[in-house]
Amino acid sequence: MIPEIGHLALILALALALVQGVLPIIGAARGNAALMALARPAARGQFVFVALAFACLAQAFLGNDFSVLYVAQHSNSQLPAHFRFAAIWGGHEGSLLLWTFILTIWTVAVTQFSKQLPEEMLARVVGVMGLVSVGFLLFMLFTSNPFDRLLPAALDGRDLTPMLQDPGLILHPPMLYMGYVGTSVAFAFAIAALLGGKLDAAWARWSRPWTTVAWIFLTLGIMLGSWWAYYELGWGGWWFWDPVENASFMPWLVTTALVHSLAVTEKRGAFKNWTVLLAIVAFSLSLLGTFLVRSGVLTSVHAFAVDPARGVFILAFLGIVVGGSLVLFAWRGPQVGLGGGFDIISRESMLLVNNVLLMVAAASVFLGTLYPLFMDALGFGKLSVGPPYFDAVFAPIMALAVFLMGAGPFARWKQSSATELLKKLWGWLLASVALAVIVIFAFRHWTAPIVGGVTLGFWALLSSLAYLVMRVREQNASGVWAKLRGTTRSTYGMLLAHFGIGIFILGVTLVKGYETTSEVVMRPEDMTTVGGYTFRFINAQEVTGPNYRGVRVAVEVTQNGTRVTTLYPEKRIYNVQTMNMTESAIDTGLFRDLYVALGEARSLDEWVVRIQHKPMVDWIWVGCLIMAFGGMLAVSDRRYRVPSRRRQPEAGALAMAAAKTS
Amino acid sequence: MNRFLWPLVGFIVLLAFLAVGLTLNPKEVPSPLIGKPAPAFRIAQLQAENSTIAPEDMRGKVWLLNVWSSWCVSCREEHPVLVEFAQQNLVPIIGLNYKDKREAGLAWLAERGDPYLVSAYDLEGNVGIDWGVYGVPETFVIDKQGVVRYKHTGPVTPDALRNKLIPLIKELNRA
Repeated sequence: MIPEIGHLALILALALALVQGVLPIIGAARGNAALMALARPAARGQFVFVALAFACLAQAFLGNDFSVLYVAQHSNSQLPAHFRFAAIWGGHEGSLLLWTFILTIWTVAVTQFSKQLPEEMLARVVGVMGLVSVGFLLFMLFTSNPFDRLLPAALDGRDLTPMLQDPGLILHPPMLYMGYVGTSVAFAFAIAALLGGKLDAAWARWSRPWTTVAWIFLTLGIMLGSWWAYYELGWGGWWFWDPVENASFMPWLVTTALVHSLAVTEKRGAFKNWTVLLAIVAFSLSLLGTFLVRSGVLTSVHAFAVDPARGVFILAFLGIVVGGSLVLFAWRGPQVGLGGGFDIISRESMLLVNNVLLMVAAASVFLGTLYPLFMDALGFGKLSVGPPYFDAVFAPIMALAVFLMGAGPFARWKQSSATELLKKLWGWLLASVALAVIVIFAFRHWTAPIVGGVTLGFWALLSSLAYLVMRVREQNASGVWAKLRGTTRSTYGMLLAHFGIGIFILGVTLVKGYETTSEVVMRPEDMTTVGGYTFRFINAQEVTGPNYRGVRVAVEVTQNGTRVTTLYPEKRIYNVQTMNMTESAIDTGLFRDLYVALGEARSLDEWVVRIQHKPMVDWIWVGCLIMAFGGMLAVSDRRYRVPSRRRQPEAGALAMAAAKTS
Repeated sequence: MNRFLWPLVGFIVLLAFLAVGLTLNPKEVPSPLIGKPAPAFRIAQLQAENSTIAPEDMRGKVWLLNVWSSWCVSCREEHPVLVEFAQQNLVPIIGLNYKDKREAGLAWLAERGDPYLVSAYDLEGNVGIDWGVYGVPETFVIDKQGVVRYKHTGPVTPDALRNKLIPLIKELNRA
């Protein structure tokens, strides 16, 4: 009965989504206030029904209702309850429901925090989001209904793929989807602006916080995915340039560019078309990501749902949404106008170059991801593009972008001079090189990429600090504390995000440059030394978990005779899917991780053990966290909470003040 | 042309590629062995422990090498298809019992029927490595000259037999 209620809720949600997607937009075009007023209640009603459907599916999972096909395929009565809940999005149909659920959450958030939006704008934004939702609900109801019954019911479920039975599953997909779907808000604002023909500073200011929040979620989602892959897959890698990872990384790159170009559009009225195009591209890439993962066009460890009928549907949907927006862009774009001019050396030009670099980086990832598909479609045969391509192409582009990132904030709007910039920055640049040299001497081994990476990392850190110092000095207030408080949260946010990039780069460079790995066969009392640590194999014991059996090995780690820790890597066989899983054991430290994973067993007592010493690896994720925190600070800035209607009369004065202070 | 149209044009080209991509199967990874002589081995048979089997024993015949194991779940799906196919006597099938326990392999055949002329017993999986096996089951078609002509990854389905394997075997038999 409950699954049928869920199914019905989805159908009702579709009806409301149609109302939400069609009538308010017509209302905005005709100036009909009654139709426009439908946007809010329709969006909220749709949210209620999608939430109800979600709750029904949750009930089916938690109550072990194996007469629901999707539950029978992705759960099992032995599966612990928290995984049964997370298993909702452990497969295709449930992932779609989560996607749609999150879309309705975003839409309701827009209706909630839109008091200063003109009715027309709100009607269009909510309408566009309603249309996106129509697509997803149709997709679910026609090709991927999570409530399909299995008759007769299965006695027990086929279980969740063991690889997904991890706390990572509980957090990573919802975070990432919050980011993916969050780009739909910026997209809806862009389409609404194109429809209304009004691309002004107010539009940019409304879009900015939404875009930044989506960016925060994308950052956290990607970070969690990377961390999950690191400890779960047992290889010690943290990024594989896998198509599914790339599918989440491309929207991140474009959204990063969008966050910056929105700043220019708001402050200087420039880059309008570019900003609109970025907003369309960011959301298109989120949709494309869904297409790549769900259609099985590209294979990857992640692509667990492969069905051509679904692929055709998503392709058609993609064609309508993206094609339609680009037609609108080609039609309305030329009327938008250019905004304020700027010099070759100015904050605008720096941001423009950075934007272009980020887009080129995204394009190179895009090309690498789809190249195998292009070649295959053209009949040139199957091939795969691996990390060597991505590392070789991506790193130099981003190096240039990060260099400019450090210098950009020092340039003034409209017009700046190279000599002035150089005067402010050469000391910090030298300091970065000096620090890099010290680090490299400490590690006693170097290559050109390591030197470059470490210098760049320090450059990102130091230039952020330098900018803070400069801003604080400029303040009129007396006393350092008052000056620090006088600096806006958006400035702190930006600095923190840039600082996070520096931490990230240092982590990536040092772990890539200095990690050591050793694969040895070990028996009890065997010892081996990796990265200055001694690893002693103590014993191997059989263990039994709720839904698996396995072997746990105890490895004692010592350094110069003092005990550091004991690690317990495991090898598990899950009962239902009889799949082997490696549970690595990691000792996390501020400056290094010790990573132990089990390979093949020679006998119960004799194992191939893979031991890795990974310096600075955690800085990668800490850097991402700092970036995300910077985004949060920027969003919490006062100016987003000041109602714009009150600000309008003094907009001119404020814009000037803003141009001066930031 | 209006520069605002370029994004649309680019997208249409991409859409065309994606549409073609949908018709292709990325799982169909070609084996580097296609067109090359079958990797040699001589190992013990599963049933007759003291006899051996080698690809050169099959020279002059078109034959199939089917990699299977009693622990392999997809093999359960595949096995009845192979048993039925073997009854047509179109082609000899050599089994490669891959990383399996001898008793388990024998019990499997006793219980589900034996479609194989003989099964080679590859306990360590060394033959599997030479043949580039990365998932069980896999099926290779070898021609009269001992050259690998085709590799099927995953369980052999009635569809795959009808559309790919049987036509190819008939063609090779005529050659």
